[in-house]
Amino acid sequence: MQAYLDISHVGMTFAGKHDSVVLSDVSLSIQRGAFVSIIGHSGCGKSTLLNIVAGLIRSTIGGVLLEGKEVDSPGPDRAVVFQNHSLLPWLTVYDNVRLAVDKVFGRKKTRAERDAWTRHNLALVNMDHALDKRPHEISGGMKQRVGIARALAMEPKVLLMDEPFGALDALTRARLQDSVMAIHQRLGNTVIMITHDVDEAVLLSDRIVMMTNGPAATIGEVLPVNLDRPRDRLALATDPAYHQARAAVLAFLYERHRAPTTH
Amino acid sequence: MTDISLKPALVWPRVPALLQAIAWRVLPPLVTIALILLVWELICRQPGSTLPPPSVVIDTSWELIVDPFYDRGGLDKGLFWHLAASLERVLYGYALSAAVGIALGVLIGQSTLATRGLDPVFQVLRTVPPLAWLPLSLAAFRASDPSAIFVIFITSVWPVLINTSVGVRAIPQDYRNVAKVLRLNSLEYFVKILVPAALPYIFTGLRIGVGLSWLAIVAAEMLIGGVGIGFFIWDAWNSSLISDIIVALIYVGLVGFCLDRLIAFAGRLIARGAPL
Ligand SMILES: Nc1ncnc2c1ncn2[C@@H]1O[C@H](COP(=O)(O)OP(=O)(O)OP(=O)(O)O)[C@@H](O)[C@H]1O
Ligand SMILES: [Mg+2]
Repeated sequence: MQAYLDISHVGMTFAGKHDSVVLSDVSLSIQRGAFVSIIGHSGCGKSTLLNIVAGLIRSTIGGVLLEGKEVDSPGPDRAVVFQNHSLLPWLTVYDNVRLAVDKVFGRKKTRAERDAWTRHNLALVNMDHALDKRPHEISGGMKQRVGIARALAMEPKVLLMDEPFGALDALTRARLQDSVMAIHQRLGNTVIMITHDVDEAVLLSDRIVMMTNGPAATIGEVLPVNLDRPRDRLALATDPAYHQARAAVLAFLYERHRAPTTH
Repeated sequence: MTDISLKPALVWPRVPALLQAIAWRVLPPLVTIALILLVWELICRQPGSTLPPPSVVIDTSWELIVDPFYDRGGLDKGLFWHLAASLERVLYGYALSAAVGIALGVLIGQSTLATRGLDPVFQVLRTVPPLAWLPLSLAAFRASDPSAIFVIFITSVWPVLINTSVGVRAIPQDYRNVAKVLRLNSLEYFVKILVPAALPYIFTGLRIGVGLSWLAIVAAEMLIGGVGIGFFIWDAWNSSLISDIIVALIYVGLVGFCLDRLIAFAGRLIARGAPL
């Protein structure tokens, strides 16, 4: 059977005085509804890979197929939660999400339905209390949540998240992870998430994609995480399967593929 | 209850605090002005001084100071009418330069090639002093009013244009990516992303531009004549009315200050509290 999302032989070279080969021969097939994490050392090319799937940059070789169609430009069917939230500072929380809703459902839903859908998605991430705030008036964690609500509101086929919980305190992080898990459980979307956090990867994912160090990074290993859903972080703390998966990722990152010592 | 009796004590200090805050803002400029007047008076009181001290200015130009609205026909009008005539020319020239500057700035900022090609030209043209354009525009328009308006335009268009194009180029990749993922069309991109993102830059340009317009109009009017604050000053000089010149200068400064504040205020109003 053909995969839902097919990344095949993707390579990326940035042209410059010295051409820099960032990705080389990355291939990955993802089933519909799967939650896949990408983990790897800083600068290895994770964001670059995600941007290629999003269509924001074109790969130099290889390509991405979504439902058998080639991805050649960005679009709301592959919504992105950006590494730095990327909310528009001149719009309120509500308007940031509403802009996406209007653009995606402008023809399909009435005005009232779009309003309700905007509020619904903000309620999903518990941000319905701050609809009229501007991004500079809310905390970092709240901005991330609005970014997630904006992406979810597009009802994307694939949800792409670039370190969505980076730079958050542990408590906020845990709460957001739980809500993303709940949303994924309920809506069944296909998710690709970049993370630096081993626990987060194991907790959320069906598969963990571990990338080798750059330059010319590629997929080193893919680890299936066979833990029952819904998952509970407290129960997992005593689950041997959880610790096995965790150990496998740690071994990959810190034994076989240490961060390059040259810088 | 005890906490109610506390309340007046908490509210009471607020009124003096407000007064104090006002005093802190108002007093220093007042003191500065008083000092300047004092020094000026002391210096220009000396026998043989070429310029009048403030007391003499007030004395000789009293009518000009207290009645800006008199009109005895011809050029013998109060300062209000001269300033109004100058402001009208500035309004036309500045409106033109705002429209053209923003439109061209957006176009040029969108394209790296256009920026590379045109930027050096603009950088040279913007350093040409306003008055240097006047003979050329008199030759082209053969009438004083359009020439003055053109000089305003050509002086103030560069900062608007250059700042707008810099603002457009400085739109963070993040916002462009959001627009791409949402598949905004060019009109939506212009209205929803480009203009709000570049607005702080545009208003910086507009603010510099309005200052330059006011600088240019006074100089240009000295040469073209007619009703206007520039010619008023020139005329006063020819009639050796030094104290009239001083009064006019103060008005020119105050109007320039108000113009600057007006644009800054408009910028804040339009940005509606978004961080700039
Ligand atoms: N536009 C570009 N031009 C040239 N080189 C680039 C460009 N974008 C990224 N790179 C290079 O590609 C490499 C990978 O960058 P990327 O942002 O994908 O890393 P990352 O894995 O997401 O890192 P991090 O975990 O720190 O976010 C880096 O060495 C970077 O310098
Ligand atoms: Mg990254």
